[in-house]
Amino acid sequence: MSAKRTVDVAIGTSGLDEQGRPRRAPLTVNEGGAVTTLEPPPALEDALELEGEHMLINIGPQHPATHGVLRLVLELDGETVVRCIPHIGYLHCGFEKIGEYRQYNQVIPWTDREDYLNSIGNNVAFALGAERLFGIEITPRCTVLRVIAMELSRIISHLVWLGTTCIDIGAFTPFLWAFEQRERVYELLERWVGARLTTSATRVGGMAADIPAGWMDQLQHFIKTFPKTVDEIDRVLTTNGIWVGRTVGLGVMSPDEAVNYGLSGPMLRASGVAFDVRRDFPYLDYETYDFEVPVGTHGDVYDRYLVRMEELRQSTRILAQAAARLPEGPVDSDDHRVVLPPKSKAMSDMESMIHHFKQVMEGPRPPLGESYVAVESPKGEKGYYMVSDGTAKPVRWRIRPPSFLNLSAIGKMVEGHMLSDVIAINASIDIVMGEIDR
Amino acid sequence: MSASWSVVLPGSAAPDAPAPATPKQVPNRGGPANPSADALRARFQGGVARVEVIWGETTVYVDRTRLFDIVQWLHDDPSQRYDYLSDVTAVEYRDPEQPIEVVWHLRSLPYRRFLRVKVELPRDGKTPLEVPSVWSVYKGADWLERECYDMFGIRFVGHPDLRRILMWEQYHEGFPLRKDFPLRGRFSRAEQLQQALAANPEARYSMEELTVAQAFEDLPEAMRARLKSGERTGE
Repeated sequence: MSAKRTVDVAIGTSGLDEQGRPRRAPLTVNEGGAVTTLEPPPALEDALELEGEHMLINIGPQHPATHGVLRLVLELDGETVVRCIPHIGYLHCGFEKIGEYRQYNQVIPWTDREDYLNSIGNNVAFALGAERLFGIEITPRCTVLRVIAMELSRIISHLVWLGTTCIDIGAFTPFLWAFEQRERVYELLERWVGARLTTSATRVGGMAADIPAGWMDQLQHFIKTFPKTVDEIDRVLTTNGIWVGRTVGLGVMSPDEAVNYGLSGPMLRASGVAFDVRRDFPYLDYETYDFEVPVGTHGDVYDRYLVRMEELRQSTRILAQAAARLPEGPVDSDDHRVVLPPKSKAMSDMESMIHHFKQVMEGPRPPLGESYVAVESPKGEKGYYMVSDGTAKPVRWRIRPPSFLNLSAIGKMVEGHMLSDVIAINASIDIVMGEIDR
Repeated sequence: MSASWSVVLPGSAAPDAPAPATPKQVPNRGGPANPSADALRARFQGGVARVEVIWGETTVYVDRTRLFDIVQWLHDDPSQRYDYLSDVTAVEYRDPEQPIEVVWHLRSLPYRRFLRVKVELPRDGKTPLEVPSVWSVYKGADWLERECYDMFGIRFVGHPDLRRILMWEQYHEGFPLRKDFPLRGRFSRAEQLQQALAANPEARYSMEELTVAQAFEDLPEAMRARLKSGERTGE
């Protein structure tokens, strides 16, 4: 099992490629359609032979390349990392504790704030967990709307990852393209739920709002035009000599290691394990959508990039299918133990009034029990584990944070690499400290 | 481009199993249990206290002393292959009589199974808040167990480096997710701020980090003496 691999690199000209499309990669590698062969990083034993004094370098907690308040203490031998000690907790806010003092619907705004690049996806995940705990079914329209929400949020998260990673590695242009598209998704979300970042879009048993008139046309336009940007970024980066040179062979995790370390999402799939919660433990009828689960074969930073790029395309595919099948009908469940009855009925119908009163004064109460519902967030397996003792507030609300587990392997991944590669490896994990520290 | 390793497909060990589907109309109690529960019962008899199926998810309550063997067997046995540790956490109920539960969520990717394993720690004053660490089976348990220790004070025996992870190492107000811990902390906001300002930032470096790079010798004399004596707070 060698980490060595070869990637064909395009000769950068500022002209047009074979299809006549502008190739925006003005970078040269070798004359004549060259191939780069990357040397594997020096083995640890060789590096230790130098017998130099080890140096301790502190990165963070306030550093642009750590993507949040992460602190890495690196023990260096020259420029080679011998050991990495991560420190987290600078953003610890006690979400899980606060959740124990809130009713289920009141927890949803907190889910926005943990993985804030995937806020609408977290809303959906929490609502799914709470609905399992309450034992209610959601309407077909709500199911499809939630799929649209989850895939839009995957696109946002991957675009931010792409943009910031490009900046870390030294490419600025794809960052602008990615953020331009992200802005379009935020416009869609803004029209739907009124907020861009902290959406709080779901309620237990339904959604905060149905989509407004004309929204689907805007979504269709996005679905049609978005893949062009992905292709553009693909053309600029995938065969770019600098990009390949700074990503190939770094932070390699074998499939066994990746599974054993509890990695999930693109991190796990880049290592060649085709585990996708949407496919293997489906929710929201994902088994009825036609999409591929991209996997890598080398488990390095470059493969993680390829996997995420492909996931952007697959998300667009799922969005198109969801948009085509969106049924008419109510969005909210008609189970008025949990979902508020319409105001007009609450003022005229005795039973509805009782439901309204009980929900507003006490909050909906799930039966005794517990549920662990996992979804495929852009970072990996995001699980919400909720335990109810029959009162209106959860006894325990546990977030299973995918980037927490992914980050815990960083010590293993950066060992033996150069200091500058630590930034690329750290970027490839796609961490959001809000989710890691909660 | 040469492939380094072949792709691992979940569900490969049970090709005849029905395709996974979104669970619908799940009953509160009962329903088909995960077949691993029966296998565990047959293998560990007394080690398995009871099995419950809640909302379609199988929970196996196991004996604290047998936990490590059970998890290792689940991981290694070719008929189980629970190779993925999803989560380690704990639950404390509002009723102080009820035991504290430590919860492991395991996945078997080859069989596409999901199993919840629980250990109950009764609060009779005799049972220590201790469970065996599964770090030697799943490396992913490292931070999960540290977090559980940090938040609940449950000690994972056999963990190589059981330090606080989200709270700082000198934190001594207790364990935040315990029910006897007030939502706003033990001290007033003003007091918390004062403590933060009075704290010595040098003390935020752990002993381990200072010794790795021989940086310890370069520290001021007073600080070295303090660290050597084991005092880490600097307060």
